[in-house]
Amino acid sequence: MSPVLVVEGLAKDFTLHLQGGVVLPVLRDAALVLHPGECVALTGPSGAGKSTLMRCIAGNYGADAGRIMLRHRGAMHDLVSADARLLREIRRETLGHVSQFLRVIPRVPALEVVAAPLRARGVAREDALARAAALLERLNLPARLHGLPPATFSGGEQQRVNIARGFIADCPLMLLDEPTASLDPANRAVVIGLIREAKARGAAILGIFHDTEVRDAVADRRHEVAPLEDAA
Amino acid sequence: MSAILEACGLDLRFGAVRALDGVSLDLWPGEVVAIVGESGSGKSTLLRALAGLATPDAGRVLYRDAEGAAHEVHAASEAQRRRLARTDWGFVHQNPRDGLRMGVSAGGNIGERLMAAGARHYGGIRAAAAEWMARVELDPARMDELPRNFSGGMQQRLQIARCLVTGPRLVFMDEPTGGLDVSVQARLLDLIRGLVEELGLAVLFVTHDIAAARLLAHRIIVMRHGAIVEEGPADRVLDDPQHPYTQLLVASVLAA
Ligand SMILES: Nc1ncnc2c1ncn2[C@@H]1O[C@H](COP(=O)(O)OP(=O)(O)OP(=O)(O)O)[C@@H](O)[C@H]1O
Ligand SMILES: [Mg+2]
Repeated sequence: MSPVLVVEGLAKDFTLHLQGGVVLPVLRDAALVLHPGECVALTGPSGAGKSTLMRCIAGNYGADAGRIMLRHRGAMHDLVSADARLLREIRRETLGHVSQFLRVIPRVPALEVVAAPLRARGVAREDALARAAALLERLNLPARLHGLPPATFSGGEQQRVNIARGFIADCPLMLLDEPTASLDPANRAVVIGLIREAKARGAAILGIFHDTEVRDAVADRRHEVAPLEDAA
Repeated sequence: MSAILEACGLDLRFGAVRALDGVSLDLWPGEVVAIVGESGSGKSTLLRALAGLATPDAGRVLYRDAEGAAHEVHAASEAQRRRLARTDWGFVHQNPRDGLRMGVSAGGNIGERLMAAGARHYGGIRAAAAEWMARVELDPARMDELPRNFSGGMQQRLQIARCLVTGPRLVFMDEPTGGLDVSVQARLLDLIRGLVEELGLAVLFVTHDIAAARLLAHRIIVMRHGAIVEEGPADRVLDDPQHPYTQLLVASVLAA
């Protein structure tokens, strides 16, 4: 089967202009291939660059060299050179991202936050809200919270809103940065179920899981991100 | 699909000051772009030049209408430009007094713009004015009051209603939440976000507020000394800023 994601020769430095221009090299010649239906766990010590690699793929970080080829609407596109419009379209239709923390929008209720990706794809409002409610219920978020903005929610409640938002739209490629970090065992099990279902429908998943129990339950293989000093 | 607005090589000097220095940019239908940068960096001048309110010394601005016809903004006649401003564009000024007629009632401010775009039926105009007051969270029962009875935040919402009632495709906003209390700002931003999303507007807005840019914009343009120093997807510009000035801008916000 042809891959969903091919990363080749990826390099990423951070130049800190406010600290006298010090350059932090983080990724060199990073490579990764992801196929439909598989889940790959990024591993490696803290600070090795796991989140950086994931954010480059998500488009939050720009890359300095290399390619991030992603299958979108049946063709491969290079995210490194994609413009803002293409990136937006890819995020709307192809690339789902559960970041480590939910970025809350003031005054927007949890239900709308979760339904937003469906609305952006043209799903009718009632339909989108009903599916959002069902998913939040599955993640054990009490119905009385659905109509409230998540700003005042607990860490675990916010994370469940974030997960629901990431999983609602059935994206072919999902990026998960510590999706179970602040969850209790019951909700961790729900997330494992969601990941398995996504894989079963053919989604490719790239995850960072500090929770080895979750990792072993969902990952088909590991991809080690080595700190640069060790790699050299 | 093609860009709704394309600007190429805009230069504008005020005496010795280069307010715009070779600025090129494009904006696509449904795209929301924030222009950020320190005061005096040329943000408002750029917005005014794009909207035909200021004339650049060099460069051109192309607007493409719903039928796909291209209009060169600064080559068009004053009448053509005014027609575009009435039917296709909206401009929200930082100070509501610049965008409202203070001697005309709230409902009249909205209705007047509809009439300028060709509406004639009095009852229909009044109904549309009432509807738009409600949409911007103003009490339609107050439509016969003068804008000076309203608070700054309410006046700004009235200006937005006046601007959107004619269904523009392209909206320019210059610091739409500037000069308001923080709590009023948040509510106004939220209102703008909802309307922009619902109406699928192309928006170019100037802001000092990085949080507002993150909240509303798909793309961010960073200006300094009249030139664009960095631009890209909003989260990339804020999470992985490249230019020293953008890094300073983002770092100052986090420290605050
Ligand atoms: N936006 C940024 N600006 C500057 N440096 C950054 C930025 N993001 C990451 N870094 C640096 O890149 C390096 C890798 O960080 P990253 O967050 O990718 O590590 P990680 O492998 O995910 O670690 P952890 O397991 O602790 O989450 C670190 O030295 C970090 O300080
Ligand atoms: Mg990390």
